[in-house]
Amino acid sequence: MSEGIHSQSLIFVGRDLSPGFNMNSSSKVLILKIIIHLGALLPVINLYFLAFADQLGADPVEAVIHFTGIGSLNILLLTLCVSPLAKFLKQGYLLQTRRLLGLYAFTYALLHLLNFLAFEVQFDGMLFISEVIDRPYITVGMLAFILLSALAITSLNRLKRKMGKSWQHLHNSIYLLVLLVTVHFYWSVKSELIAPLFYFLLAIILLAVRHKKLKRLIQSMFA
Amino acid sequence: MLIKTPKNSSLKDSAVTDESVYHDRRNILKQMGFLGAGALLGSAVTSKASAGFFSDDKPSFSTKALTYSKDTKNVGLLKTPEQKVISHNNFYEFGAKKDQPIELSQGFKVDPWQLTISGECDKPITLDYDDLTTMLPLEERIYRMRCVEAWSMVIPWVGFSLADLLKKVAPNSRAKYVAFETLYDPEQMPGQASRRLGGGIKYPYVEGLRIDEAMNPLTLMSVGLYGKTLPPQNGAPIRLVVPWKYGFKSIKSIVAIKLLEHQPPTTWNKLAAREYGFYANVNPNHDHPRWSQASERRITSGGLFARNRIATLPFNGYGDEVADLYRGMNLSKYY
Repeated sequence: MSEGIHSQSLIFVGRDLSPGFNMNSSSKVLILKIIIHLGALLPVINLYFLAFADQLGADPVEAVIHFTGIGSLNILLLTLCVSPLAKFLKQGYLLQTRRLLGLYAFTYALLHLLNFLAFEVQFDGMLFISEVIDRPYITVGMLAFILLSALAITSLNRLKRKMGKSWQHLHNSIYLLVLLVTVHFYWSVKSELIAPLFYFLLAIILLAVRHKKLKRLIQSMFA
Repeated sequence: MLIKTPKNSSLKDSAVTDESVYHDRRNILKQMGFLGAGALLGSAVTSKASAGFFSDDKPSFSTKALTYSKDTKNVGLLKTPEQKVISHNNFYEFGAKKDQPIELSQGFKVDPWQLTISGECDKPITLDYDDLTTMLPLEERIYRMRCVEAWSMVIPWVGFSLADLLKKVAPNSRAKYVAFETLYDPEQMPGQASRRLGGGIKYPYVEGLRIDEAMNPLTLMSVGLYGKTLPPQNGAPIRLVVPWKYGFKSIKSIVAIKLLEHQPPTTWNKLAAREYGFYANVNPNHDHPRWSQASERRITSGGLFARNRIATLPFNGYGDEVADLYRGMNLSKYY
């Protein structure tokens, strides 16, 4: 039924299938999490090191904004790969990396927004507000960020337990969220549409993999 | 003589040392095997890294020193460092990302070159490569360059007034507009050969001015910057510079100039007329749908923390020289 129950059963499947390996699932999860931490943190450390030293091309502001924006979308898509991959490989423990990936998608999005605020509009509050209102691509980006923040905050176990069923409802909005982010990217470019269209296609594929679940969700919305 | 220039370039020299440290960092990362993971998460830094690797053994385009008279009026303007002027370019013929033109244009052939000036005039001419720098006396012009994307630079160009060039061909009374065209050569310009690199605009790139705009003494045909001939990424061997208009009007690597009776089509206007007008005068009171035009970030030296947001001036601060051209026109309608 809900993805939560589904993932529980998958975890057992994962354990059942692992006797061939010497390593148990929790060690694998630990190793994956270390890789995720390093893979997410090292590039941003490198990025800001170069940007502060004025070694990131002629316009470090544009470079950091683009890097963190694209980075956030990449991690978000990676997050959406986890559950189809876990089902396909029958490796339920993979699901335990999903929250960490989601939180890094949020971290990159937060950096993206802070870069815009601090280095692009340089703390000009009025300019920031008028940009969010007047530029449709920024409005959509801001909406996506608010949604992503809600998911990040409610990822705390204590809140998750308190929210009960509504937690899953809220977290289903990731499907809407990823579409908003690709629209934000598409509208932000001047004419070079190929990369945004490629990302849009990736998002559609990741949603298509879940067509049954999405159909149910949409039906329940109108029921 | 060279008062400010060495100051800027010496800053860059110290930065080169940092770059070698940066190369080491990359090697360390690579050895650790995390570069692949990094590439998954974003592209800006890693594309820079690979560009750095390959540019080490690639021959770079060689520029020549020019003889010219110095700009003595605008020496007070803080110039954008040369390294930034030549590495941050919107020249989609060599890739739509700003760091691509410097990477993809170094093999560009500018000699031989032919620039034809024809149309509504009595004495059409064709200039060869050598004519571009010898036919008219060269002068330095330190101009502000304002991009429609709301960033700006200060660039010491070398060139001559377009007016002096047009006088050579004796425009007739039907010459109301001037059309410009960039070289079309997909073999040399990868952006013209590939939609992915070329950013989806139609080639050849075309631009235009009204004849009185073209004859304004500020309108420059540039053959160089920072005292040397133009590198390809900045529009070698000859380009237009119209300092009171957004940068996309300043068409690069020009092969044809035509005097016309009617207003010619212009590339960005054809692509999105609501966003880019024919006039494209810098106007802080007329917002672009994508960018507020009220202020801009001036690219000089300094990294992420450079406090470089400044107010944008009408006609990019050249109103005294050009505002008369548009007297009585509604600049929100003719943007």
